[in-house]
Amino acid sequence: MTASAAIFYVLASIAVLSGFMVIGSRSAIHSAIYLVLTFLSVAGVYVLLEAEFVAAVQVLVYAGGIMVLFLFVIMLVNLQDSLGDRIRLHATVSGVVGLSVVGLILYLYSRGQLVAVTTASTLRQGGNLQAIGVSLYRDYLLPFEVASILLLVSMIGAIVLARQKS
Amino acid sequence: MPVPATHLLVFSLLLFSIGMLGVLTRRNAIIILMSIELMMNAANINFITFSRQLNNLTGQVFSVFTIAVAAGEVAVGLAVVLALFRNRDTIYVDQVHIMKG
Repeated sequence: MTASAAIFYVLASIAVLSGFMVIGSRSAIHSAIYLVLTFLSVAGVYVLLEAEFVAAVQVLVYAGGIMVLFLFVIMLVNLQDSLGDRIRLHATVSGVVGLSVVGLILYLYSRGQLVAVTTASTLRQGGNLQAIGVSLYRDYLLPFEVASILLLVSMIGAIVLARQKS
Repeated sequence: MPVPATHLLVFSLLLFSIGMLGVLTRRNAIIILMSIELMMNAANINFITFSRQLNNLTGQVFSVFTIAVAAGEVAVGLAVVLALFRNRDTIYVDQVHIMKG
């Protein structure tokens, strides 16, 4: 096992364990902190997969922006009773549903065999950032502009929804 | 030798299942939003895995779009949670299951 594979397994275990802690901890603040840990580990996995730009965006947008938003709302809402938060009634049903989905996908994976390949050196000419920039602004210019409109609309929507009624 | 794609897909599957478990079992709307974020991260891992596998950058570009959509979704979702808390004094989703009208 090479070093990068070992790092991947460590990062993946950290991400999965902290993902469990996200849905398992009693306090929402703890969940948010574990979510940051998950996002950072996933960003590390992106770096291993030679997707450095996405890793940087993951750290900036997720671990930076989205988590601050989460923490603000948690502190604004400030619920005291976080005990008994789970729906006991549905736990069995959701466990069965989740395990069957996991089993189904694992079965489908076992049918086919995927071998690892490395990214062609042509993609790495000029670096990951330049290649993504060219692809984003030449081939995907319209989706890029639509994404900016989507962000504007969601910003206005969030302001309208969250503002105090006068 | 790089990490085989199957292991990456299993990793993404695990993250997605954890997110789904959170959506199905938790009552706190904020935790449900966090679980949706976990599921979106799992989708991103799939995009990037297949981007490496197929020698194609489209997967990485798409995961950037996914992150943009996730940012918008969290902003609107948390605004809904705030409005819900202001109007009903709760953020537990099973206490708001009766609609008006």
